[in-house]
Amino acid sequence: MKLALGPLLYYWPRQQVFDFYEAIASAPVDIVYLGETVCARRHELRVQDWAEIAGKLAAAGKQAILGTQTLIESESDLKTLRRVIDERAFLTEANDMGAVRILHAEKRPFVAGPFLNVFNSATLAMLARLGAARWVMPVEMSADALRDLQASRPAGMETEVFAYGRLPLAFSARCFTARHFNLQKDDCQFKCLEFPDGLLIKTREGEEFLTLNGIQTQSSKVYNLIGEVDALRGLGVDVLRISPQSQHTAELIGVFRARLDGTLDVPAARSRMAALEVAAPCNGFWYGKPGLDQIAA
Amino acid sequence: MLTGKPFELVCPAGALPALKAAVDNGADCVYTGLKDNTNARNFTGLNFDDAQLREGIRYAHDRRVKVLLALNTYPQTATWPRWTAAVDKAADFGVDAIILADPGLMEYAKTRHPQLRLHLSVQGSATSYEAINFYHEQFGIQRAVLPRVLAMAQVEHVVKNTPVEIEVFGFGGLCVMVEGRCALSAYVTGDSPNTVGVCSPGKAVRYEQTAQGMETRLNGVLIDRFAEGEKTGYPTLCKGRFEVNDETYYAIEEPTSLNTMELLPKLMEIGVKAIKIEGRQRSPAYVAQVTKVWREAIDSALRNRQNFSVREAWMAELNKVSEGQMHTLGAYYRPWK
Repeated sequence: MKLALGPLLYYWPRQQVFDFYEAIASAPVDIVYLGETVCARRHELRVQDWAEIAGKLAAAGKQAILGTQTLIESESDLKTLRRVIDERAFLTEANDMGAVRILHAEKRPFVAGPFLNVFNSATLAMLARLGAARWVMPVEMSADALRDLQASRPAGMETEVFAYGRLPLAFSARCFTARHFNLQKDDCQFKCLEFPDGLLIKTREGEEFLTLNGIQTQSSKVYNLIGEVDALRGLGVDVLRISPQSQHTAELIGVFRARLDGTLDVPAARSRMAALEVAAPCNGFWYGKPGLDQIAA
Repeated sequence: MLTGKPFELVCPAGALPALKAAVDNGADCVYTGLKDNTNARNFTGLNFDDAQLREGIRYAHDRRVKVLLALNTYPQTATWPRWTAAVDKAADFGVDAIILADPGLMEYAKTRHPQLRLHLSVQGSATSYEAINFYHEQFGIQRAVLPRVLAMAQVEHVVKNTPVEIEVFGFGGLCVMVEGRCALSAYVTGDSPNTVGVCSPGKAVRYEQTAQGMETRLNGVLIDRFAEGEKTGYPTLCKGRFEVNDETYYAIEEPTSLNTMELLPKLMEIGVKAIKIEGRQRSPAYVAQVTKVWREAIDSALRNRQNFSVREAWMAELNKVSEGQMHTLGAYYRPWK
């Protein structure tokens, strides 16, 4: 199995992003997804900056992939989308069907991203026909549903599973980070820059619940399938995705690498991760349960 | 196949009595669902069995009203035959269109029933003409329902750049998240709009009177707490009050209701083809009242777009049925964002 670093879902200052990926260049990860996939207003890096980072990572032996914005609203969003796809040196992760349309028209292979809602064999077969070389399972899908899909997987199609990080659960036209500061989205003062791992929502009894990340809502808990690596391998999963966090991402990649290589057992991996996690772990989706549950394997 | 009107009023029919109420009060189309998880309003006591669907179609067609069937959840591989059987049934029973979200199912429908009209559900999350044209080219969809996220200028831009008819939401409950891109309910309860057709399901809800007030929980998670005298709301999880940086407020969405009636002339002018009323879970009385008011408003705007204004009596009727909820223009009105 290969390891992938998912796209950076948060908004960090430009230099922090460059520094982050410089460290990733020497981390034991095979694939790196890049680009702004959440909010069109974020502009610390432009498409050409992401392409520059992609070039550096490719030179370091990684497969660098540029992701498209998930929620497309305006013609300006579509222009950015086309610019991403125009970076022909790199594979594209398509995060909406508009991207799929353009990539198919250009006869370009692509990765079918986690928000395309691939829930059955017919949809996966269709995407394969249109040029998908890899698909990323929706985060809410269970192991049982994946097993059925893997049984009829199109030839040559790789399967990737979101295996670590706060879960991207929802997108909105509305910005909840701006809302927190009583700001309009169009004048958000880029408040997301102040929250490198998102802005925590607690319930009225103080329980950590969700994470606000601009127009995206994430879990507060960290989805962690380190205990399910053998099951993932058994299902023929090709790639595990780790989602960037502001601290310890390279170490977390290292733990997954060691687990994949068999040099670290699950209890040892868990204890090393405990110090690196931004919040409590969960894995319920994998077991067909509420996502926030933590099920013993 | 009934011929289309210049601007259609599409009304919810959670069950046969609501269907008849919508038809009798001026709907051009009603939309329905089957009694299972093939549609996004999979609620107890709602939807149609075979006999009811046949009766509903007969009742509507006799009055020249179209019947749409929502099959707008995402089938999983193991239960795929339930969805394809539903598509076959729709064709067999003679519904006027099916409303789909899943590309695999669209392909099935296009191949097996090429004469069956396909609408792209809001659950398909198609927010740009590129995405809508994708579904048109691949599966021949003839209408798309836009997610409730685009501003008016964006809706207009979509209409200009696609041959597909555009339907927008006009009235009812407002999803603040992009439909089809929300797993919040799955995260908290295990049941998701995408695969099970429910959000914040009743079986996960608990109401509990405590010393601090009435508490509403979803699978144990505290969604809101109501002081004495405050009206207790259903714990739809994005509409609760939460703490962010020690401030307690509606962190995601206030419990408001969408109402775009004042935008009717503009929607007609930019070429929107149909307006959708949300609420298959609502009572026949609600459907009757809302349909009647919107019929009058649409006819008034069709007669004279320039001088259209929202009548106070209409708003009074709508306010009565929406239980005093605040209305919002949603994303159509830019500062909402």
